[in-house]
Amino acid sequence: MSFIASCFFNLFEPLFRLGQRWLGLSRIAWLFVAPNLIIFGLFTFLPIIINFHYAMTAGVQIMPSQRPFVGTENFALLFECRDHFDLATCNQDLFWKAISNTSKFTVLQVILMMFFSLLTALVLNRKIIGRSFWRGVFFYPVLLSPVVVALLWKWILQKHGLLNAGLLAAGLDSREWLTDSGWSFFWVIFVSIWAHMGFYTLILLAGLQAIPREVYDAAEMDAASPWRTLYRITLPLLMPNLIVVVVLALIRAIQIFDEVFVLTGGGPGSATTFIVQYIYQVGFAEQIHLYGLAAAASLVLAAGILVLTLIQLKLSRAGKHGSKNGSKQER
Amino acid sequence: MTQANRRRALALTAMGSALLSLSLLAANIQAAELRVMCYQDGNECDVLTELSKRFESKNADIKIIIDKVPYKTVVEQLPVQLASGQGPDIARVTEIGGLSKYYLDIGPYLKDRDYWEKNFSNTLSWMRTRAGDKGIYGLLSQLTVTGPYVNKTLFEQANVPMPGPKATWDDWVAATRKVAKATQVDAAMAWDRSGHRFAGPAISYGAKIFNGSGELVVDDGYRAIVQKFVDWNKDGTMAREVWAGAGGSAYRDAFEDFKNGRIVMYLSGSWQIRRMNSQIGKNFDWVVVPNPCGPAACSGMPGGAALVALKGSKSPKEVARYLDFLAQEDNYAELIAKTENLPAHMGLVQKGVNYNSAPEIKAALAVFSADIPRLSPLAYRLQGYQYNRSLMFPTVTRVTQAIVGEMSVADAMTRLSSDMAESVRQARK
Amino acid sequence: MRQFFTRTRGRTRLHWTDWLTYLYLFAGLLLMFAPVLWLVLSSLKSEAAISDFPPTLLPYTQKMVMLADEQGVQKLRPLFLVQGADGKPHQMVELRRIGIIATMVDAVHPEQQVKINIKLRTPVREVSVATGNYTGLFAKFNFLQNLNNSVFITVVATLITLLFNSMAAFALSKYRFRGQQTVLLLIIATLMIPPTIILVPAFLIVSGVGLFNSLWGVIWPAVATPTGVFLLRQYMLTIPDELIEAARMDNASEWRIYWKIVLPLSAPALAVLAIFSVMWRWNDFLWPLLVLSKPEKFTLQLALNSFQGELTTEWHYLLAMTVITLVPVTLVFAFLQKYIATGIASAGVK
Repeated sequence: MSFIASCFFNLFEPLFRLGQRWLGLSRIAWLFVAPNLIIFGLFTFLPIIINFHYAMTAGVQIMPSQRPFVGTENFALLFECRDHFDLATCNQDLFWKAISNTSKFTVLQVILMMFFSLLTALVLNRKIIGRSFWRGVFFYPVLLSPVVVALLWKWILQKHGLLNAGLLAAGLDSREWLTDSGWSFFWVIFVSIWAHMGFYTLILLAGLQAIPREVYDAAEMDAASPWRTLYRITLPLLMPNLIVVVVLALIRAIQIFDEVFVLTGGGPGSATTFIVQYIYQVGFAEQIHLYGLAAAASLVLAAGILVLTLIQLKLSRAGKHGSKNGSKQER
Repeated sequence: MTQANRRRALALTAMGSALLSLSLLAANIQAAELRVMCYQDGNECDVLTELSKRFESKNADIKIIIDKVPYKTVVEQLPVQLASGQGPDIARVTEIGGLSKYYLDIGPYLKDRDYWEKNFSNTLSWMRTRAGDKGIYGLLSQLTVTGPYVNKTLFEQANVPMPGPKATWDDWVAATRKVAKATQVDAAMAWDRSGHRFAGPAISYGAKIFNGSGELVVDDGYRAIVQKFVDWNKDGTMAREVWAGAGGSAYRDAFEDFKNGRIVMYLSGSWQIRRMNSQIGKNFDWVVVPNPCGPAACSGMPGGAALVALKGSKSPKEVARYLDFLAQEDNYAELIAKTENLPAHMGLVQKGVNYNSAPEIKAALAVFSADIPRLSPLAYRLQGYQYNRSLMFPTVTRVTQAIVGEMSVADAMTRLSSDMAESVRQARK
Repeated sequence: MRQFFTRTRGRTRLHWTDWLTYLYLFAGLLLMFAPVLWLVLSSLKSEAAISDFPPTLLPYTQKMVMLADEQGVQKLRPLFLVQGADGKPHQMVELRRIGIIATMVDAVHPEQQVKINIKLRTPVREVSVATGNYTGLFAKFNFLQNLNNSVFITVVATLITLLFNSMAAFALSKYRFRGQQTVLLLIIATLMIPPTIILVPAFLIVSGVGLFNSLWGVIWPAVATPTGVFLLRQYMLTIPDELIEAARMDNASEWRIYWKIVLPLSAPALAVLAIFSVMWRWNDFLWPLLVLSKPEKFTLQLALNSFQGELTTEWHYLLAMTVITLVPVTLVFAFLQKYIATGIASAGVK
């Protein structure tokens, strides 16, 4: 094993020595960054540029050279509405339904997930036996693939599944969970929180554990009630972590696809069709592949994410200032 | 690098390039390799493999590789592959008109064109999309017909007589509702979540599908059947989760519900026969009944998967030889008999195929065969129309939205028309 | 000893908040693990038992009895419980069924045949683990091949990821060069890009380079992970520069410094990235879905998805396959949980 490693090492050493002599110490760094950059360039940046090309062309061909240029026609199609206040009158009503679904989902899911992650982190932060075991319990679903998670819950939520069996046994009504518009939305939120909560809990827990004991001791000496401690001390000190977690969760929530695709397929109707699913449907699933429209929609999505990221940068800078001030005040 | 090292490096390079050129040489002497992308409902690819081995024994210079893939791959990935210049030599496809621009004309390589024209004439046109096109692009590995399966045991248990061959959809709805109530099953019937399946009853109810200029149109007949279907879903006649349980135009079949005795009647097609037999077995008695009638016709939809020759193939002559072998009457008859499907070979339709099958399967095949003459010419025309997906896919999406109450039937129809028009417009670009 | 078990809020008794705490934890345990447990239990049921409603906890199948009918044909026949004329349930074996009437015989007195309506009988069940679901997977489908593909992709991609990302992180943390900020910004920006917008063009490029239907087509695009570069960079920033300066003064090449000094010192961060990479590549779905179309090239996730496809929902195989797909991840979790947790924690905190 180490023989292979040293062979590998010896293979590149002369190459780098040569490079060092040529480029000098500071520019040798480019050689190190090169492999990563090449892959980025080839598989991320180049596709983005080509995607712009797709967004400005029409037709059903996949080869860019065979697509007729139409300028902003695809975008016009997306944004064309008879009455701009009533989204149901839009030309691409499914696109706007997807955006509205995604917005509702993102807000609800992130708020609920933050609540439960924070609660769980606070609980785990207490003096309990076997903390790493309990931490693992909540983290386990994060490791499962989205397909597995979705199939797991689909199996339970079926008309003849475990949940309905339990409800009937308890004398309650059974329901077709996944074919009811309202309930399928609920379950999508539930399943995604179930699958991802542990990840954020861990980050928040680490943040909580980084708060020094002295702070709590000082608060106890000042006879502060637990709620006050939580509100005035813990939360402000946790703010940087919270912001990171919220933004990560937001970005992930906007792009949700795999679990929903397998769990409800976007249904019933368009109740759980989110934006990435719309793009997949328009560009891949339907037989008439409208790559142009899909590309245009994806650019709109990317713009939304960009806005969110910028807000995060602003907030995290403010948060850093805020927490510094906050901790100073408490002293 | 030291002298010794340099010499060693040179030696290695020399050896490496020698090996490389040897292997390239070896590759050229190899036999022509034909890749066939095949999906199966029952055992079509397995039988094809058997026949291919026989072909290989008679044609030592050709090697056939059958790639068994899920149906999804053929529907979603093959078009993308072909568009980017990749793909197999032959593929078993159901979107026959839609992929036509990638087809390879094997006509010039065939020994006996007239044999093909005579025996496959009604389906060869499905692969030809340009006016005046006389090319031969492949052959249908079977003809399929859509039609209903019925759980006879449930009818017996409920003591309700099954409607006769001239019964309408309304008659069947009434009968199956009675049966469902008496035997306490979930729903009376279900149709596969597919625009293709939907088209049969639509045509029977008077949808004209095409307008005067040959374009697709959503007319009053289509509207009528959509209204009926939505109502049946809402009042519990249809198993709601089949259409409502998915989004977009994703395909879902209701086989599981029928197999587990949760519905009385199931509109699907002749390709499910083997599955019915193997998975239901003796659990209950299932039969095929003739397509119920509407005011205009008693029609199902024809279809079938075709083995088409693809343009990117590096061995067009060999592809022609292989497909010609399969088209010969005895080989084709064997394919049909072993896969328990209906033949697209007109000679065999006349003669009849000797199925070596279980009595249930034979009975089912007989009913489907008898339904073939009842197919409306509109059905053939729609199946062969290049942009038929533009009607079928939005139908599924919009009708589902009407079923779950997202929009009224009228709105759904308006949306359906505009989706269809946009889709055809883009496809034409 | 007792103090260990009751160590709580500084008192020797359990405070009511502690009861709540443990209640919450146990509820969490139930909610997180019960679905998976149900999945495993269900995967052991036979195809018939799976569609049973209401579902049973243990896997049951109908008991079969070897019996000869009047023509002397010996074969396994299903056993039922029938309410006899004397009001007592009898065990009867079904010989054949026509419509709704079944011809049955008493297991004890097989000569007398009785015609019974199928509504009046219930099947006799026994607990039976349907291992056939699992063995059938390997026999019927090319499952081992799919497993190999997943393993190959995961291992190779992880090795390459570790190499490329650590090289880039080294450059971005231990050097100052023109354009460094831009490169860093670009790498972070890629974190924000939803993979959907690059699907079609990336697919075009992959096939253009000839990597379509190749496992390498799944590996190469995935190895330049921005998270990995970020993680390693944060860690490498904490490696003291003096070590590197000293090595340079000893006339070591940059490659040697990277390989012999920085890499070994970054071992904990590398371990975390390795675990992440294994997790990501094992669970990859959408990208392999596009790149791999030949079934012998499918990864486990793809094979799993192709089963839950439209034409066939064979739940018994599907469930077994799902269980197998989550076993490796579970093992990783069980043994390496601590590293994963500390890794994420440090990434989040920084």
